[in-house]
Amino acid sequence: MRLQLLALLSKEPAHGYELKQALEQIFGTAYPSPNIGQIYVTLGRLEKDGLVRSVDVEQSNRPNKKVYYCTAEGREALDEWVDSPNEGPRVRDEFFMKLVLAPLTGIADRMALINRQRRHYLAIMRDLVELAQQTDQDNRPAQLLIEGAMLHLQADLDWLERCQEDLA
Amino acid sequence: MTTASGPSAIHTVNLVKIYQTGGLPVHAVRGIDLRVEHGEFVAIMGPSGSGKSTLVHMLGGLDTRTSGEIWVDGRRADTLNESAWAILRRQKIGFVFQFFNLVDNMTVADNVELPALLGGASPKHARERREYLLTELGLTDKADAAPAQLSGGEQQRVALARALANQPHVLLADEPTGNLDSRNTRDVLRLLGEVHRQGQTIVMVTHDARVAGLADRVVTLLDGQIVDDGAVAHVRRRPKGGAGDVVELRG
Repeated sequence: MRLQLLALLSKEPAHGYELKQALEQIFGTAYPSPNIGQIYVTLGRLEKDGLVRSVDVEQSNRPNKKVYYCTAEGREALDEWVDSPNEGPRVRDEFFMKLVLAPLTGIADRMALINRQRRHYLAIMRDLVELAQQTDQDNRPAQLLIEGAMLHLQADLDWLERCQEDLA
Repeated sequence: MTTASGPSAIHTVNLVKIYQTGGLPVHAVRGIDLRVEHGEFVAIMGPSGSGKSTLVHMLGGLDTRTSGEIWVDGRRADTLNESAWAILRRQKIGFVFQFFNLVDNMTVADNVELPALLGGASPKHARERREYLLTELGLTDKADAAPAQLSGGEQQRVALARALANQPHVLLADEPTGNLDSRNTRDVLRLLGEVHRQGQTIVMVTHDARVAGLADRVVTLLDGQIVDDGAVAHVRRRPKGGAGDVVELRG
């Protein structure tokens, strides 16, 4: 959560609870709601690394609150994060291991492995279709996230089909 | 060919198709036994060239079988001649093709109403059914347009509306979302889900896992044979789970 918080702080200084609310508002249901404890732990680490600093702001008849802001070093870390491309999805996953190793051990038939995996992917897809229908159409981040998951799943299914063709 | 609850919607016995075009014979379908019950939604998947399209074309009488049997709603169909098939289709089958096949010199509304009228529906009923289907597919403002004026995705949706106009016993479809963007696919998914809940029997060739995920059952073909046939299970998600769970599902 480090870089999400840093990104929010680069826009304006804020205290922990404001950051929690901002994340919830921006992502809606597209991201698991962050726990306030996690936010404070992350802010503490960012401060220790010199990426944010905090000042105590006095409040009438309440304890002081800590307002965090992004440092020049933090800004640099953020730029580096935004500017670097992300890794592609993994293909060499656990299913791949089973597929390759099953015939060696004689523990499973590869066609049966592929068929079982396909049914499982389709069951996940069914769930995603239902989720997309239940999710507010105007919640674009959530809809895009679901669509991204669907496209990945479609690619996984296409790959299973290729494996099956290859074995035939 | 009858079960305790009556005849199956579709039933094939050792169905075979061999194409002989010039050189070597091509075994497109090699002995398929398939039974589809009334109200079932069956998705047919598999790589290209695995015989999916040939199979549904034979089920709709659009392609002849080389050997084997096809039964539609308890009636032997593979022995019918072309005109008898045409009558059977009009009465019992709706078909969505990969490439629409709309009547160009008729409006969208007439294209959709025609099968219902040919099937014996009253003009009033045909119109109401057309209005319902075009509304569900977001096409009401295209009712008076000619098919040629529509985009590929719109024509594909009109083709689906036409196939459902007659409330056929069986809807057969060959890649019905192949030309659709994600928004239009959503409308099509919603309509398919809805007619299926209303009891529509569907047999659909699809490469699109979103469509296959709606089905009760997925049949996978490989090299003209069935290599898998089974129900699509429900995965258990937290009851109040939102889109954030996708992160975990894909974790």
